[in-house]
Amino acid sequence: MKTLLAILFGTLAGAGGYTFFYARGLSYLSDDPRACVNCHIMREQFDGWQKASHHAHAVCNDCHVPRGFIGKWLTKAENGWHHSRGFTLQDFHEPVRIKPGNAAVLNANCLHCHKDFTREITAHRVLNDEELYCVRCHNSVGHGPRR
Amino acid sequence: MKTIKYILLLLVAAAATVGVMWLYENIVTRKQEAKQVAFKIANLTEMTVDPVEWGKNFPRQYDAYLRTAEHTGTKYGGGGSDSLAPSKLAEDPRLVAMFNGYAFGIDYRARRGHAYMLSDQRETKRVTQRPQTGACLHCHAANTVAYRKAGLDAGAPGKLDDPLGSANGYAQLQKGFELIGKMTYSNATKLVTHPIACVDCHDPQTMQLRVTRPGFINGIKALAASADPVPHLPSVEKWRRGDRKEGYDANLLASRQEMRSFVCAQCHVEYYCGPKATLFFPWNNGLKVEQIEAYYNGYKFSDGTPFSDWKHAEAGTEMLKAQHPEFELWSQGIHARSGVSCADCHMPYKREGAIKISDHWVRSPLLHINNACQVCHHFPEAEIKQRVEIIQDRNHKLMLRAEDAIVALIAAVKDAAKAGATDDQLKPAHESHRKAQWRVDYINAENSMGFHAPQEAARILGEAIDYARQGQLAVATLAQKH
Repeated sequence: MKTLLAILFGTLAGAGGYTFFYARGLSYLSDDPRACVNCHIMREQFDGWQKASHHAHAVCNDCHVPRGFIGKWLTKAENGWHHSRGFTLQDFHEPVRIKPGNAAVLNANCLHCHKDFTREITAHRVLNDEELYCVRCHNSVGHGPRR
Repeated sequence: MKTIKYILLLLVAAAATVGVMWLYENIVTRKQEAKQVAFKIANLTEMTVDPVEWGKNFPRQYDAYLRTAEHTGTKYGGGGSDSLAPSKLAEDPRLVAMFNGYAFGIDYRARRGHAYMLSDQRETKRVTQRPQTGACLHCHAANTVAYRKAGLDAGAPGKLDDPLGSANGYAQLQKGFELIGKMTYSNATKLVTHPIACVDCHDPQTMQLRVTRPGFINGIKALAASADPVPHLPSVEKWRRGDRKEGYDANLLASRQEMRSFVCAQCHVEYYCGPKATLFFPWNNGLKVEQIEAYYNGYKFSDGTPFSDWKHAEAGTEMLKAQHPEFELWSQGIHARSGVSCADCHMPYKREGAIKISDHWVRSPLLHINNACQVCHHFPEAEIKQRVEIIQDRNHKLMLRAEDAIVALIAAVKDAAKAGATDDQLKPAHESHRKAQWRVDYINAENSMGFHAPQEAARILGEAIDYARQGQLAVATLAQKH
């Protein structure tokens, strides 16, 4: 019985491990932007980013993932789950749109790098309002001009 | 007990393995989707009119194209039953008064999908009860081969398999277009089988977009030679800065993005297609409503009579009828100025598997707001729809007000004539009637309820109201003099 179980779990581990490898699972632990286009849904965003002003200064994770260790990996885990579930079941809204939580992460990252410019504004604590997010006006800095 | 535990564990492990293998298979499928493959099954040439053949090589585009037969409707467009579009005349009785004496006063319906363009034309009372010419087929059928055959029979140079964009191809097309336009509709329509087909907009070898309708090829050339600024058509502006030795040729000079509007502008425009002259687009002065009007006003038919579409049965005015100037109105709007083409909203890109294709189910953007609008406008679909309908509701209100003014003018002119006013005395009122109704009709016949250029539509309707009331004033002044 034990031998049979060992074989079965071995098969599971093997199949799981190979599937993880085949799906380029390790790439998702990196900061490489190409990991974000492993699946083709964000191809346009990726292409746009290559033409955008932030191309030379920031990769996907610099804007879309929080700075701290815990926040970074929690966000990666949460989005990883949403993305793989959506891509597997093909039941998501197109064009893809940012979720409120991720939009807040994004804005915090704008303010982090550009704090020298934005300190005077953030002193009034108005930039956390969704209506006043940086990208509402600066909408082409990350993904380039819209088509 | 221990055995049961082992069996349970075994089942769990087996189920998990099945799950992992299923996921693996799903990932393989997704990866396969990312490999874009096109199989060439049918050999496509300039002679391949039947879309079924093209569909063998391009099944995704063809599937969507077939869906133009589906019945759709928005607040201001389409609707009705599966078999018949709603009658505009029944919905708005003002139109009956406005088109009195003209074929549009008999039968005038809302649009249906591209699939019906030929059958609807063959069945409308405007064609069955009034004699029409083959010119109508310029926009209601896949006509390139029919035109070229007729052209060759009449002595145009070259062979039928010359490329359409060659000098011979153009010559054959132009000659056949002139000849078929002169035939009776009932004879000419026997020469065509299909409504709009792939070959009308695509090169059969390269799939590149192209224009094939002689009316557009000639019209855009005339527009380029005019002085009307067209900043939304950069290749025309560039041609104007050049030596202008050769006329503007859209197939050679237009950018891909411009072609994504030009292919639509082959038909969704204002034109003359009556029996007294070869079909033409009135763009020699420019694309604005008064520039088109000025061109018509200066135009003389070959028998020397001034241009008009019909004489109003009650008011006695020589009238202009607007077709469906979508391209012209769009040209005045913010979307055109921002480089947004017709296809961007009416045939937006969509994803099928990993393949990005333009949606060949040409339809109202309001029927797929996510792909059509949200790509640029990051607002909820419900909000976008509401924004569009606010624009259309306002335009509709203003348009009905303008129509009321025209109906009142028609009644005033009719009464004055009955009371003995001569045509000479009524001339100012007639002129106002022609101007006012041309403007209302321009917005009414245009298929966006003002959305393609809201401010321009309001300007045109404002002028229409003013001209109609000016006409009434002219009639009133006349009555006072008597």
